[in-house]
Amino acid sequence: MKLTLKIWRQKNADTKGKLVDYQIDGIEGDMSFLEMLDVLNEQLINKGEEPVAFDHDCREGICGTCSLYINGEAHGPDRLVTTCQLHMRMFNDGDTIHIEPFRATAFPVIKDLVVDRSSFDRIQHAGGFISVNTSGNTIDANAIPINKHDADTAFESATCIGCGACVASCKNSSAMLFVGAKVSQFALLPQGKIEATERVLNMVKQMDEEGFGNCTNTGACEVECPKGISLENIARLNREYLAAGLKG
Amino acid sequence: MSGILNSSIGRKFAMALSAFFLMIFLLQHFAINILSVFSADTFNEASHFMGTFWVVQYVFQPILILGVLFHFVMGMILEIRNRNARKIAYVKNNGSANSTWMSRNMIWTGGAILLFLGLHFYDFWLPEINTKFIEGDMSGTLANGEYRYFEELQHKFVDVWRVALYCLAFVFLALHLLHGFSSAFQSVGANNKYTRGLKGFGKAYAIIIPLGFIFIALYHHFNH
Repeated sequence: MKLTLKIWRQKNADTKGKLVDYQIDGIEGDMSFLEMLDVLNEQLINKGEEPVAFDHDCREGICGTCSLYINGEAHGPDRLVTTCQLHMRMFNDGDTIHIEPFRATAFPVIKDLVVDRSSFDRIQHAGGFISVNTSGNTIDANAIPINKHDADTAFESATCIGCGACVASCKNSSAMLFVGAKVSQFALLPQGKIEATERVLNMVKQMDEEGFGNCTNTGACEVECPKGISLENIARLNREYLAAGLKG
Repeated sequence: MSGILNSSIGRKFAMALSAFFLMIFLLQHFAINILSVFSADTFNEASHFMGTFWVVQYVFQPILILGVLFHFVMGMILEIRNRNARKIAYVKNNGSANSTWMSRNMIWTGGAILLFLGLHFYDFWLPEINTKFIEGDMSGTLANGEYRYFEELQHKFVDVWRVALYCLAFVFLALHLLHGFSSAFQSVGANNKYTRGLKGFGKAYAIIIPLGFIFIALYHHFNH
């Protein structure tokens, strides 16, 4: 497969970037998108050029490190996959592929396709936790009976890997799906009830301070989420927040 | 509580509440206007009641104007904040792959409706205020003693360009409602087993009500 790549190159956070064209040949359909970029980088290094910087770690869709806005979509044209799980068979010989970093004021570009997603970490620090005694007499979570539906729904929310595709896809760069999932995974379980009020108020406050936009319910986040986190999480976040606001 | 209203979720909640209010008003407005197709007398009586009953004039009317202004101003505030949340746009963005045109263009369809409201106020609201509160004529009648409302309505829809503008505005209203109806429920946290049915009802509302207004405008244009 022969491809033309239009890749965003940016030296650092303080410089302006631009799309640079690269020609690449010999790409197999079974390769992952990141493997294709590995091939490109090998070529660039052999020519003495600067390789393209991009985020990656587990390469099996569970760590949430890889990103990339490919042909106008977060994680590319396939559904329920991260960029590392995206196969090159999704593209055709002769295609031109646009590759850009996730764009949001709260996700500043560090270099090329690498963005700083530590704003998500700060939202988590603001309330995405429960207090558990770890002094040796910890009670096993399974010892507490939990309604099956609630347990399953909480688990679905907990599958959010925090990759930021929701922010990247949203026309407003809203982080509501991420925060909704992180609030929901605790809101539905007894362990999460104790700090529920402060959690949702603090996480939304931090989300707003980071400069994410407002959710206008376009649903783009749900479609592009590699883990299929649903809009119900945003509705639950709205309910939890409004109830917490009335309480406190 | 003020902290909540200054948050992103609080603003969207307030936006949704004003949207509910405006959607109920739209239904009421349509219910009275459609009377003009079936009976000029009934339409005249309903219009005279709405135009002279003090609760409608001095309580509901100011609330309605404030509701429209709030919806517009809050929409602009949200839009500005949203644009600041992504200062550098994508070179290539495939928005249609994951969302509807209506959901991505609420600010433009809303702006078109606001422009139409300017024309609508010029056509009906300002003359009404002038007649009742400046000239002091609360009778609601013409020189011949008959009610003036039906006559004024038909007179406005003689001009083909005005009818065309009204029809175009109602198309924008339909596009705005096609996303806005279900979006308002999501913003207040309502996403449950009834959501699918509610979305269906919302689509019917978003199409039937504007189509009804278009029908009324065309009916009077061709039957004046």
